Amino acid sequence: MPPKYHVLSVLVENRAGVLARVSALFARRGYNIYSLAVAPTDDERFSRITVVVDVEQAPLEQVVKQLNKLIHVIKISELDPRDSVERELMLVTVKAPAEVRGQIIELVELFEGRIIDVGRDELALSLDEHPERLDDLEELLRPFGIIDLQRTGRVALPKLERS
Amino acid sequence: MNTNGGQALIKSLELEGVEVIFGLPGGAILPVYDPILDSPIRHVLVRHEQGAGHMAEGFAHATGRPGVAMVTSGPGATNIVTPLADAYMDSIPMVVITGQVPLPSIGTDAFQECDTVGITRGVTKHNELVTRAEDIPMAIRQAFHIATTGRPGPVLVDIPKDIVDPRNPASAMNWNWPTDADVSSSMPGYKPTTKGHPKKIKEAAALIAVARKPIIYAGGGILKARAAEALRELAELTGIPVVTTLMARGAFPDDHELCLGMPGMHGNYTAVTSIQKSDLLIALGSRFDDRVTGKLDGFAPDAKIIHVDIDPAELGKVRRADVPIVGDCRLVIEEIIKALNALGGPESRMDITPWRQQISAWQELYPLVYEQSIDGDLLKPQYVLEQLRDRSPADTIVASGVGQHQMWTSQYWKFNYPYTWVNSGGLGTMGFSIPAAIGAKVGRPDRTVWAVDGDGCFQMTAQELVTAATERIPVKIALLNNAYLGMVRQWQEMFYGERYSEVYLSPDLPDYVKWAEAMGCVALRVESPDEVGPAIDKANEINDRPVVLEFRTDASEKVFPMVSPGTSNDQIDVGPLQNGLGR
Repeated sequence: MPPKYHVLSVLVENRAGVLARVSALFARRGYNIYSLAVAPTDDERFSRITVVVDVEQAPLEQVVKQLNKLIHVIKISELDPRDSVERELMLVTVKAPAEVRGQIIELVELFEGRIIDVGRDELALSLDEHPERLDDLEELLRPFGIIDLQRTGRVALPKLERS
Repeated sequence: MNTNGGQALIKSLELEGVEVIFGLPGGAILPVYDPILDSPIRHVLVRHEQGAGHMAEGFAHATGRPGVAMVTSGPGATNIVTPLADAYMDSIPMVVITGQVPLPSIGTDAFQECDTVGITRGVTKHNELVTRAEDIPMAIRQAFHIATTGRPGPVLVDIPKDIVDPRNPASAMNWNWPTDADVSSSMPGYKPTTKGHPKKIKEAAALIAVARKPIIYAGGGILKARAAEALRELAELTGIPVVTTLMARGAFPDDHELCLGMPGMHGNYTAVTSIQKSDLLIALGSRFDDRVTGKLDGFAPDAKIIHVDIDPAELGKVRRADVPIVGDCRLVIEEIIKALNALGGPESRMDITPWRQQISAWQELYPLVYEQSIDGDLLKPQYVLEQLRDRSPADTIVASGVGQHQMWTSQYWKFNYPYTWVNSGGLGTMGFSIPAAIGAKVGRPDRTVWAVDGDGCFQMTAQELVTAATERIPVKIALLNNAYLGMVRQWQEMFYGERYSEVYLSPDLPDYVKWAEAMGCVALRVESPDEVGPAIDKANEINDRPVVLEFRTDASEKVFPMVSPGTSNDQIDVGPLQNGLGR
């Protein structure tokens, strides 16, 4: 993950075309969306889009203002990683012949992940955790031979006040 | 089921107060054209869909009411993309209805199908594909609400054929006209801020009170907010001079002693320089366009900025404001006036007399100048425009295309009334003037409407003169024929070492007089200075059909002053006739 990334949480109307409107504002400026997660909120009239972009602060402010102008966008907040709780889900299929299978299982247990499918020479596992923990596990699994890997993109909410 | 989608669409437009639709029918929109026969709404049949869009824009410019255009799917929709982009850039309230192929055919590469909503997403304030007949009244109400509130802009409503075709069961519906409350609750994300923040208003008044060299930088937002009166009150209360941008010509009367005219790349010396030397810029509904600022880091370097705009995204977009105020220009100006009065009388503010004197000195030193035409020479475009200005009614509406003739018109016309200047500022759409003038004349039939056009522009949209002749819309066209794409020629002369590439158009091909006559217009060619006045008088007397006056003008004439692209406004070039004066 590059250091300058920003996490935006965009509350939108849950209807056709909204994602295209939102993503078009990034695309026309040539900003790549690093990850994207969309799903309805508890109120199914609305969806929350969590979008991670690699943009400098000043242009980001302009994009946020432009996003706010979209009729179907209700609210936008930028989530500072220091003040948010973040999670992401990763599914991995990894080569797991008998001689290393134990090591992989140990690793998954250490990360509190789960084995979700077992093949003759392969294991499929899942981990839902902070995105950086996903990076760590991915790194540790790589030498075994990753066959398939899919991450969902991060979702985030603001941290709760404690005082 | 008491109605169908097609009937409901026309009824919705009627209930929104639509008096005229500019349009052209085709396959997908056919069912909507049938109920038009029974509607009091006037339909103006255009010759090209681009014309419909610009007519709707011209109508909106001149009346302040949203213009409406209706076209078919596919090529009808793509032909109106340019007017949408134009209206989006210049914040023109407009509603465009496009036909679409029947819902079951969408996405199948059906005949005359295109992804209209996808194509126009970036050039509309909002657009919507309606998928159920019963949603049509709400979609139309939302469209007009969005187009006319907040920062105005174009809204497109895409309507599949099956939901408006009475022969298709999908079009059957029960009529229901949504209330205002229904409309606002249907758009929880749309709540434009109109009232300025009281704390910021006080800060603005405080800055105005201590400024020694203030300038009001009035933009098109003044006109959109119907704020011309409030602006005048603010200027007269404070004695602060006003520049009016290309989009704000007429927002403050040119004959007012505080009016400095147009700033920017082809602004006059005083307007440009007074901004540069100011210590406070009061930007009201203006957006620091690159054509106004020149090289940004050299723009008004010593000025503090008060920036009032209804669009929060404009604040800080180009230049950081010391006092940013989101709100409707009229409401905010009225509050600023109250706050200034609360501070006290004129003694509560700095004396700006020395500043006013400095400005007057600049005005005396650098008026707009050109060399008069003499008999036998090609006409000077400025001379033609002065004659046109002096021989037409004071409240004439003037539309222009884009290029040299546009700049000269803005410079030489005296705009003393709001809503008399119709032009394409942001997008710079050549061919804008003829259809825009037609739309303006439809909206204001009581006014004289002149389109000032160039020969390049004329060839792009002249076919709409057929529309004007057929519909008896007596617009007048002053065609400044210099046989060139003049502004591009000027840049090639000045910045490309006089290497003229693809800018010559020929004065005689086409024969503009014959062409105009073939389109049902009265047409005259004017070649010598003494013919100019009489020709204009004759045109002004004709009120039953369009008139085209073709003026043969001098291609070597360039627009000055000019701030060359990429340079600071301090490097303004006043032109060969004034170079070296006072500096």
